[in-house]
Amino acid sequence: MIKVHRLVKRFGAKTVLRGLDFEVKQGEFVALLGPNGAGKTTFLRILASLSRPTLGEVHVSGYALPSQAAAVRARLGVVTHQPLLYGDLTAEENLRFYGRMYGIPEINQKINEVIEILGLTLRRADLVRTFSRGMQQRLAIGRAILHDPEVMLFDEPHTGLDQDACDMLDRLLRDVAGRGRTVVMTSHDLARVENLATRFDVLARGVIAASTARVNLGKYNLLDFYRQSMAGIPGKNVNQQTPVI
Amino acid sequence: MSTSKRPLFDYLKAIGAIVWKDLAAEIRSRELLSAMLVFALLVILIFNFAIELQPALRTTITPGVLWVTFAFAGTLGLNRSMAIEKDRGCLDGLLLAPVDRSAIYFGKAFSNLAFMLIVALIVLPIYSLLYNINIIIPGLLLVVLLGSIGYVAVGTLLSSMAVQTRTRDVLLPVLLFPVIVPVLLAAVKASSGFLQNLPMNEIWPWLNILIAYDVIFIAVAFIVFDYVIEE
Repeated sequence: MIKVHRLVKRFGAKTVLRGLDFEVKQGEFVALLGPNGAGKTTFLRILASLSRPTLGEVHVSGYALPSQAAAVRARLGVVTHQPLLYGDLTAEENLRFYGRMYGIPEINQKINEVIEILGLTLRRADLVRTFSRGMQQRLAIGRAILHDPEVMLFDEPHTGLDQDACDMLDRLLRDVAGRGRTVVMTSHDLARVENLATRFDVLARGVIAASTARVNLGKYNLLDFYRQSMAGIPGKNVNQQTPVI
Repeated sequence: MSTSKRPLFDYLKAIGAIVWKDLAAEIRSRELLSAMLVFALLVILIFNFAIELQPALRTTITPGVLWVTFAFAGTLGLNRSMAIEKDRGCLDGLLLAPVDRSAIYFGKAFSNLAFMLIVALIVLPIYSLLYNINIIIPGLLLVVLLGSIGYVAVGTLLSSMAVQTRTRDVLLPVLLFPVIVPVLLAAVKASSGFLQNLPMNEIWPWLNILIAYDVIFIAVAFIVFDYVIEE
């Protein structure tokens, strides 16, 4: 579903991604972990066609980036820590706007479905600026699933949410992922992603330094795995793209 | 994945969606139009007090005052219109839509044009009252339309560049004003021609410049917007 080969991204003299290889199969939920500045957001922006790769090959849903970006975008839902919503429009108007941007037929029915999934039926006619951060983030997920995408990208969706809002978001994330979608999510919250993702990749110094499926964690918990990956143990060198477990 | 298979229809629908969204949000917030209007009215008031105009001179100076007002008020609108998208992260939301990105340009340009024309339609009668001169004439309205189209065609493109920078408020006028000199010059000359009742053969060259400028810069923006808007 996602194939990335020797991806390089430079901003001027600064190289953020250094020949990154990455592959995600259909239905996988991959948590992309790593320290600040590792290049997680840059990587997700490239997958979302918001940024062009300097070198390397990127395919999403069988389409190449950046040459077939519009086809990729039609199959992609993106949620970032910013909700990408307009505060002066109501929840329903925001969804209607994005529905038109995506050329979704039978938009009214789709909006009703999504609002019900989000549990925002009673607030659908309220301006988004009156929403709490958690409600805005739920609506952001609604915006992202409105066109029924095959692939979902989440960039630190829990940022700024309180405990209850995080729990509700997790339920929504499970629901979204449970419908056969492929999900890639960046996060710093290991405890949370441990229960959500089926695979964990550690991005450090511009490459995937370590990778493991949840079922292979074995005696480790995710924090152990992450610490060992960052320390280069048992992968020894965080620059090597070697699965450690 | 549930998108339709009609690219042109989807393209026009996306343009319409952006215009609808901008107008609906503006009707609620009034932050963009009110800033443009207050600024425009202040400019013509200041000109009114600063320049003790002889009645005979009013016709001569009116086109200049009007276009200076529209140009400065327009800059405020252009900056704010793109800043709203950028500051709330919504620009990424627009860029993620599976339509040709020139649809975003045209959507924003139509919204900006609507805001400029609304300001012009309010400013013109107030100017007429303040300066005691009738400027509500069809020819001048045509010049306002053509000049505004040229202004937003370039302004929308440059504001989408400037908004990516930290110094966008300063950068936009610095980039914009040198490029729109032909529009302002032609608009002032054509407006002056209509106000002084000059024969049409003396006004046409300026109208032609405005039309040519509008067409050229809309075409340029259509081609380069995709590259300009990306980081």
